[in-house]
Amino acid sequence: MERNKNNRLFSGDLVGGALKHSFLKLSPKIMVRNPVMFTVEIGTVVMLAVTIYSYTVNDPTIGNFWYNLSIFIILLLTVLFANFAEAIAEARGKAQADSLRKTREETPAKKVMRVGDIFMNEVKVVPSSSLVKGDLFVAEAGDTIPMDGEIIEGLATIDESAITGESAPVIREAGGDKSSVTGGTKVLSDRIKVKVTTSPGESFLDKMIALVEGASRQKTPNEIALTILLASFTLIFIIVCVTLKPYADYAHTTISIAAFISLFVCLIPTTIGGLLSAIGIAGMDRALRANVITKSGKAVETAGDLDTLLLDKTGTITIGNRKATHFWPAPGIQERTFIESVVIASLADETPEGKSIIELADVKGFKAPSLATDKDVRFVPFSAETRSSGIDLPNGMKIRKGAFDAIRNIVQKAGNAFPAETEAKVKEIASNGGTPLVVSLNGQAQGVIELQDIIKPGISERFQRLRKMGVKTVMVTGDNPLTAKFIAEKAGVDDYIAEAKPEDKMNYIKKEQAGGKLVAMMGDGTNDAPALAQADVGVAMNSGTQAAKEAGNMVDLDNDPTKLIEIVEIGKQLLITRGTLTTFSIANDVAKYFAIVPALFITSIPTLQALNIMHLKSPSSAILSAVIFNAIIIPMLIPLALRGVAYKPIGASALLRRNLMIYGIGGIIAPFIGIKLIDMVLALFM
Amino acid sequence: MKKYILPSIKLTAVLMVLLCVIYPLFLAAVGKLTPGGGNGETVSLNGKVVGYANIGQNFTDDKYFWGRPSAVSFNAAGSGGSNKGPFDSAYLADVSSKIDSFMAHNPGVSRASVPSELVTYSGSGLDPDISPDGALVQVGRVARARGIDSAALRALVLSHVQGPFLGIFGPSKVNVLKLNVALDQKK
Amino acid sequence: MQTELLGVIVTFVLVLLMAFPLGKYIAKVFQGERTFTDFLNPLERLIFKFSGIDPHRKMNWKDFLKAMLTINLLWFVYAFVLLLFQGHLPLNPDHNPSQTPDLSFNTAISFMVNCDLQDYSGESGLTYLTQIFVVTFLQFVSASTGVAAVVALFNGIKEKSTSNLGNFWNYFVKTITRIFLPLCLVVAIILAFNGTPTSFAGKDTIITMRGDTVNVSRGPAAGMIAIKHLGTNGGGWFNANSAHPLENPNYLTNMVEMMAQILIPVAMIFALGFYTGKKRFAYVIFWVMTLGALILIVPSMVAEIGGNPAIAKMGIAQPTGAMEGKEVRFGPAYSGFWGVMTTVISTGSVNGMHDSYMPMSGTMQLLAMMVNGFYGGCGVGILNYYIYIIIAVFISGLMVGRTPEFMGHKVEAREVKIAALVTLLSTFLIKGGTALAAYVFVHHPDVGWAMKPTAWLNNSGFHGFTEMLYQVTSSNANNGSAYAGMTGNNVFWNVMTGFVLILGRFLPIIGPIAIAGLLASKKYVPQSTGTLKTDSLTFGAMTFAVIVIITALSYFPALALGPLAEYFSVH
Repeated sequence: MERNKNNRLFSGDLVGGALKHSFLKLSPKIMVRNPVMFTVEIGTVVMLAVTIYSYTVNDPTIGNFWYNLSIFIILLLTVLFANFAEAIAEARGKAQADSLRKTREETPAKKVMRVGDIFMNEVKVVPSSSLVKGDLFVAEAGDTIPMDGEIIEGLATIDESAITGESAPVIREAGGDKSSVTGGTKVLSDRIKVKVTTSPGESFLDKMIALVEGASRQKTPNEIALTILLASFTLIFIIVCVTLKPYADYAHTTISIAAFISLFVCLIPTTIGGLLSAIGIAGMDRALRANVITKSGKAVETAGDLDTLLLDKTGTITIGNRKATHFWPAPGIQERTFIESVVIASLADETPEGKSIIELADVKGFKAPSLATDKDVRFVPFSAETRSSGIDLPNGMKIRKGAFDAIRNIVQKAGNAFPAETEAKVKEIASNGGTPLVVSLNGQAQGVIELQDIIKPGISERFQRLRKMGVKTVMVTGDNPLTAKFIAEKAGVDDYIAEAKPEDKMNYIKKEQAGGKLVAMMGDGTNDAPALAQADVGVAMNSGTQAAKEAGNMVDLDNDPTKLIEIVEIGKQLLITRGTLTTFSIANDVAKYFAIVPALFITSIPTLQALNIMHLKSPSSAILSAVIFNAIIIPMLIPLALRGVAYKPIGASALLRRNLMIYGIGGIIAPFIGIKLIDMVLALFM
Repeated sequence: MKKYILPSIKLTAVLMVLLCVIYPLFLAAVGKLTPGGGNGETVSLNGKVVGYANIGQNFTDDKYFWGRPSAVSFNAAGSGGSNKGPFDSAYLADVSSKIDSFMAHNPGVSRASVPSELVTYSGSGLDPDISPDGALVQVGRVARARGIDSAALRALVLSHVQGPFLGIFGPSKVNVLKLNVALDQKK
Repeated sequence: MQTELLGVIVTFVLVLLMAFPLGKYIAKVFQGERTFTDFLNPLERLIFKFSGIDPHRKMNWKDFLKAMLTINLLWFVYAFVLLLFQGHLPLNPDHNPSQTPDLSFNTAISFMVNCDLQDYSGESGLTYLTQIFVVTFLQFVSASTGVAAVVALFNGIKEKSTSNLGNFWNYFVKTITRIFLPLCLVVAIILAFNGTPTSFAGKDTIITMRGDTVNVSRGPAAGMIAIKHLGTNGGGWFNANSAHPLENPNYLTNMVEMMAQILIPVAMIFALGFYTGKKRFAYVIFWVMTLGALILIVPSMVAEIGGNPAIAKMGIAQPTGAMEGKEVRFGPAYSGFWGVMTTVISTGSVNGMHDSYMPMSGTMQLLAMMVNGFYGGCGVGILNYYIYIIIAVFISGLMVGRTPEFMGHKVEAREVKIAALVTLLSTFLIKGGTALAAYVFVHHPDVGWAMKPTAWLNNSGFHGFTEMLYQVTSSNANNGSAYAGMTGNNVFWNVMTGFVLILGRFLPIIGPIAIAGLLASKKYVPQSTGTLKTDSLTFGAMTFAVIVIITALSYFPALALGPLAEYFSVH
């Protein structure tokens, strides 16, 4: 099943629901959460009363009915537009989450029956929705996994494409770090017994949907701070409008209620006020589109502030594992002979390194012989003691491959000298960041296989980009310091932890945090859980253990270690969108003043005509134009709020300059043009 | 807050000795060494003190040079300006009548040669100065009233012009009281 | 005309050049480093010993403010009582009466808060005792309070993580002994030798050439006029302030008084750089403030030099510019410069009557006081500017995609709340106070008060409105200059501006110190390339934009109905 990653902002079905919600959100109980728009709603209600009053009573100081009605309708639209912005953001997030959730709804589950705490051997097919936390179920080849859980028995290949879009099947098995299965994925082979880890409605996805829907959505710290600032601007404009009354009295000017309310609504930052929650939701939504489930809006925000990223070398910086890149035969050994012995020694080697040796030999035109049928072949597996592996053939050949000193021991024990050229080669490879694998045949050194890490193409550019954002990258690897240093330099990371044990990550995070930095890491294993919890942003891989997923504050469905980079950008985008739209909203006020203030006083103080620099037609057309502009700018900016303002890693000052030019200067100029255009249109009718 | 009260009182007391006793008394002592002895510089005519050099006086007689209009009638018991807004209609009418009055007393003078300081109130109400132009435009009237040669009078005025400070900073000016004292002394 | 412009330019450039080394010296004084004034050490030790103060005790922001507020409260009570009974106390050669309770209230507050709004005339409203023991004293200590407060802010900016903002008493006393007293002596002696009186002799009576009997008020004025300017206080010895020929006798004293008022506010900016080691940050602030000041100064000077268009219509000459309310020895160019500078700086001394300035000048003066942070008063200018910085940091931090931070400390809801509150307060006090006055004036013109509201204003129409707006704005900005045509000495204005004064003074000190204290006690976040640099020109421009926008949005309607309407009525 292909997920619907629809990037259209307004698909029909979403808009319908959002429209309905725009009206439902008019309830003061909901509106009061947003102080700016709440004051607009109050203004709208007052305007309604004024409109009704002006219909029944002919009072010249109140203004005529049609004019009042128009103002009322525009104000109502302003509130509705703001509600719509929030509703459409919610709808999009929800649709995204729903499409994920659909994949796991109502699949038949083979539940392991139990009596009390004792599980029976009996299996019964039940609907997935009846499973609760702690239940066991069985999944066999062809089954869809009904619920998130942890494998407690068995191993299986699983197709996770429904969740991740990645077609290559993955192996999941009991114990270890690959024990987690996700509802909606499909078992391709084998049979597993799984323990349900979440109850219906409690999965991360469910939590995220709840976050998006608003019921449990909490304002993030930064959102709170911004709301305070916006509320104080609103208060300033309340003061401006209230005090205008005695000023106008002094100037012997009557200002109608409609004009007062219009001025007020135009001045308060309705644009950002109306879009603020939509921006926050859209941030989570964008994370979800990147296949990252966030457990709170705060995590997304924090991601924008990250100073340090801890990245696992394998899979993030390098492609998979080390690969054989060269065969270096010892002096006097034919290359072909060397390759032959190397291949034979690697036949039983199932490690990625072993496979890559056979691949390289293949490239060199050497086909691996099949020895599987020969009963007398003895494979010597790798052990930490011997630090080598190998093969004993029936013809008496003993081939060993392994670490330099291990093989040298074997060679010297057999009474042979270890060739100096080979030793030099070994050192050369090591100093180039590669791993030398020495091969011996019957106690004689044959040569060296060079294994190299393949750094992902384009990764150093990404690190460069991160550096420009001010984010430091740290590579975590089990390699020795020499190799680690080499790869770190080649990939362009800022720091590395070599020979890393799980607690090293933890210590590094703590050290960075003590210096005031925000740290993110990605992990999947249970032993990563403490570090994931310690990190400011901990991204657990969906394939990881339940413990890891609980500890982190984000879950990456793609299990893609480079995802952290995207998450940082999403976080930054969220903050930038808030900042730029605040700037834009407030910059707009300049033009609105020039539209409304002369309009209020022009009849009694004709000299103020000089302030009517837009040459708006009449006082009432000026006020209407300003209010209309104020209303329609909200829906016009919804796409920007939902998509987010692009983040450009060009350094903070340059970015500020850029955004100030576009949203500050632009915010001053745009309404002059907009209001003038609206006034020209209105002039046709008035 | 309580623990700060006593130090506050003591600190205030000791600073008062420094700032309100030692400081002003020291300056009063220094002031004795200045030209006016710390009391302000006076101007005498025929051995009699007729005013302070820096305090303007009211002259309305045609035979004296006139200074600036004063909102406090040049009584230095107080000080201050008219505090009228520049476009106030009553104020502008007042200025207009002052111009008319000036023109009546100074026949033959063109309006364009009357500098505005002669018809506008000074800030202090005690401005001792007028501009050289403001003095020269009155030469004709004073010469006529005194029956003296206007060229000589002009020379007297020019000799009383104080140029800019250090020759480069600020306007030139004429001290009206000193000029009028010189006029009377010349007689 | 060239000589008049040259006087202005040289004054400005010279004082900026002097401020730089002074700033370095001030930083050294507060850092406790060796300076050439260390011979005053024994005097300071004596002061601390007598007062029972340990000048090395650390204070957190709350302790710091408590000490500051306690001693200020004491001064208020003391000043109020002295003014109330001055008529019966010694050193009153002119037999001036005691002040009324409401006037005492207003005057005591006004000088305590470094405003020096004067609802009385210096010649008749005070005695030599109160001129010295209330006015001069408060001028010294209120200015020193502001400087001490800003040093606390410096500590908050300097330290990576601390709760210690320094010792209030130490900064306060050193400000007096090391900065104000020495500089005041220099300025006062220059004034004395140029004709400003210093003796305790009372009013003189003379018979003029014309035969009129007039009085000449005098008194030990030179020392007071020195601190009035150096401490950016502004309250004059005489009613006409620095337009008075004894208070400001000639062009030299005029230049000296002007330089004296600019000197310390600008030096404090450089001191900020030297003290905290963040010199670039200080230079950017300096340039933003200088640019802001120039933007306000130039239009005013142009308007004043251009003369009154209504008088130009009458056909007479205005060779130097608009002369109404100005003195010949200074000229309109300098008076235009002074009028804006004194409002930019929060001094409020005048060398011409602002009420009679061109409406363009009035607009600029009002804007300068509404911003109150382009240089600003001694110490407090930077505190005001700091609030703008916090708001600019918050908005621009968002715009570069990081939770806003300033000097390595995250700016969060609490700090934003305080900054927003302080910003809000100015708008509330200025607009609310003016609205209240306008309301009473329009709706209760004949209410049975000792002074009926109809008698308040000296001008009608837009200009009358500006008189009220100016009075409240000046009070809130703790400036003290006035449209003197408005009669402030009545219960309504004395009490109303009294409250505006006290709120407009202390909340904008408490707010920034609290923010500085809160920020400084937070965890230090090291800078990265993603951090917004607050010492960049870009951020300077951002702060400038925030100042312009907040000011314009808050006050545009009031300005439109006052000086702007008046301007357009002729232009």
